[in-house]
Amino acid sequence: MSDGNTHSSGTNHRRSTVNRLSAENVTLAYDQRVIAEQLSVEIPDNSFTVIVGPNACGKSTLLRALSRMLKPAAGRVLLDGQVIQSLPAKKVARTLGLLPQSSIAPDGITVGDLVGRGRYPHQGLLRQWSAEDERVVQESMARTGVAELAERYVDELSGGQRQRVWIAMALAQQTPLLLLDEPTTYLDIQHQIDVLDLCADLHEEHGRTLVAVLHDLNHAARYATHLIALREGKVIAQGAPNDIVTAGLVEEVFGMRCQVIDDPETGTPLVVPAARTARARRTAPKVAATGAS
Amino acid sequence: MKTNRAVRTPGGLSVRLDVRALAVTLLLLTVALTASVVLIGTGDFPIPAADVVRTLLGEGDAGQEFIVNELRLPRVLVGLLVGASLGLGGALFQAISRNPLGSPDVLGLGQGATAGALTVIVLFSGSANQVALGALAGGLVTGFAIYVLAWKRGVHGYRLVLVGIGVSAIVTAVNGYLLTKSDIVDAARAVVWMTGSLDGRDWDQVWPLLALCAVLVPLVLANSRGLKMMEMGDDVSYALGVRVERVRLLLMLSAVLLTASATAAAGPVSFVALTAPQLARRLTRSPGPNLVASLCMGAALLVSADWISQRVFGAGQLPVGVVTGVLGGVYLLWLLVTERRAGRI
Repeated sequence: MSDGNTHSSGTNHRRSTVNRLSAENVTLAYDQRVIAEQLSVEIPDNSFTVIVGPNACGKSTLLRALSRMLKPAAGRVLLDGQVIQSLPAKKVARTLGLLPQSSIAPDGITVGDLVGRGRYPHQGLLRQWSAEDERVVQESMARTGVAELAERYVDELSGGQRQRVWIAMALAQQTPLLLLDEPTTYLDIQHQIDVLDLCADLHEEHGRTLVAVLHDLNHAARYATHLIALREGKVIAQGAPNDIVTAGLVEEVFGMRCQVIDDPETGTPLVVPAARTARARRTAPKVAATGAS
Repeated sequence: MKTNRAVRTPGGLSVRLDVRALAVTLLLLTVALTASVVLIGTGDFPIPAADVVRTLLGEGDAGQEFIVNELRLPRVLVGLLVGASLGLGGALFQAISRNPLGSPDVLGLGQGATAGALTVIVLFSGSANQVALGALAGGLVTGFAIYVLAWKRGVHGYRLVLVGIGVSAIVTAVNGYLLTKSDIVDAARAVVWMTGSLDGRDWDQVWPLLALCAVLVPLVLANSRGLKMMEMGDDVSYALGVRVERVRLLLMLSAVLLTASATAAAGPVSFVALTAPQLARRLTRSPGPNLVASLCMGAALLVSADWISQRVFGAGQLPVGVVTGVLGGVYLLWLLVTERRAGRI
């Protein structure tokens, strides 16, 4: 894992001209509260990058900085080689999309209307709704499986459907980079997997770059092509999940003992938390048996 | 159900029209103008609607021309402009705070303007124009105070409403104090002003209002698409490329100016800013701030209320603010009750 760290800092400078999105030595703070200092992160092009870490490690804050919601107190976030704050707002919105956690569906809005709002950065006073807008909205809804809901009101939908609608809106923005802040929060397990499968598909088509913050380490290890592990505002490790997820890393990042086994479905690392001592004694033989088989 | 239509030209221009919203807006405009014509014909010297229209087109006789153009037209125009400004200002405030309670009535802008007007009436026994200037100043200062106090990494809905309620309570106390200090003549004048009335309004009130609307309405409408995105939260609108803080500051400033100048011209006409956007929204059934529909609704509501107050109680008997309160409130409750039956809140 220290290998991963050295690797990234060694090539950081050279890479920043290659990758479209990166943060260089940023200090992230809300008012006086500093979340991260001297943090540098590269988002590899065409990757599905997932940022993981314990609560309050700064993962959502980092995502906010990468999507220019939060201006770094020091350092800079670069998009296509330019400081992201210096670029015109709509131009950034045509390159980089964000699905934030705090989105409000206006009262009485239909799915089609909401998805259509994703076209805003492509529109103007005299170009309010082109044939292209119509086509992209239809395509985005079809892509996320909400096309048949187009005339329904968003507030009538289930949590899983609603999240798909918001993803469709972000897709309608047609950005080569898409950032998602905990897209699976508040969803049932089947809808979590559903949304993550959708993200994986979106990543595979058109070589789209995805960056997501996820709570669930196992989801992260299964879906990410590039993992960034954060703790207290510092990158502890980054790289492909198969290369970096070890019991040692999980303990260092989350302060939790565990076993790492192969996911029987995908072969990616699967983190099995160590049981509490009292319970472990009772079930120890079972765990050992599973481990052996 | 789907009422959105896109109109496109071969040159690549495209305009999106919500057919229902457009129809509602045109209907409200018709109601406002019809009520205006009827209102001009109403009074101690009644004039038939046809004669009013003929006179407005410059073909009436001299007597009618004097009554229509000099006495009644300016009053009706002030009514239309005040109603339109309140409707638009209210829609802006409610959209920015994402809360129907975030309207100028609740936020204390009316109270602030009243404090300015009372100060001039009670402490200086000022003229009508000085009272209007005092009200304008009071409204602007209050609006500024609310914005500064509510500012914390952007103005958030509930914060704005709560700060507004706090400011409103303080200013109401000041107003009560000013009233107790005044003598009976000033107090009577102050109370009439505080209810909101169109009595005795002339061309001097029309021009400044018209000029302000001519500047602010296009400015506001040019930024309305950004405001529509801001309904979905600051983060989503940033992500879509809206310069949220800039749009919000510009629109709040416009809303404060519109509301304060309307209040300066006619007193704090109650409830129009709160109800007009809600009524418009329920009629258009369209999400979004419904700015133009709210503007027309405000104008229609105010002029109709003025006509009712004159028709039922006689000219100069009942200030228009009383009727807007009753009319707007009852209509809104009726709409809410019928909608509840239809299964939508």
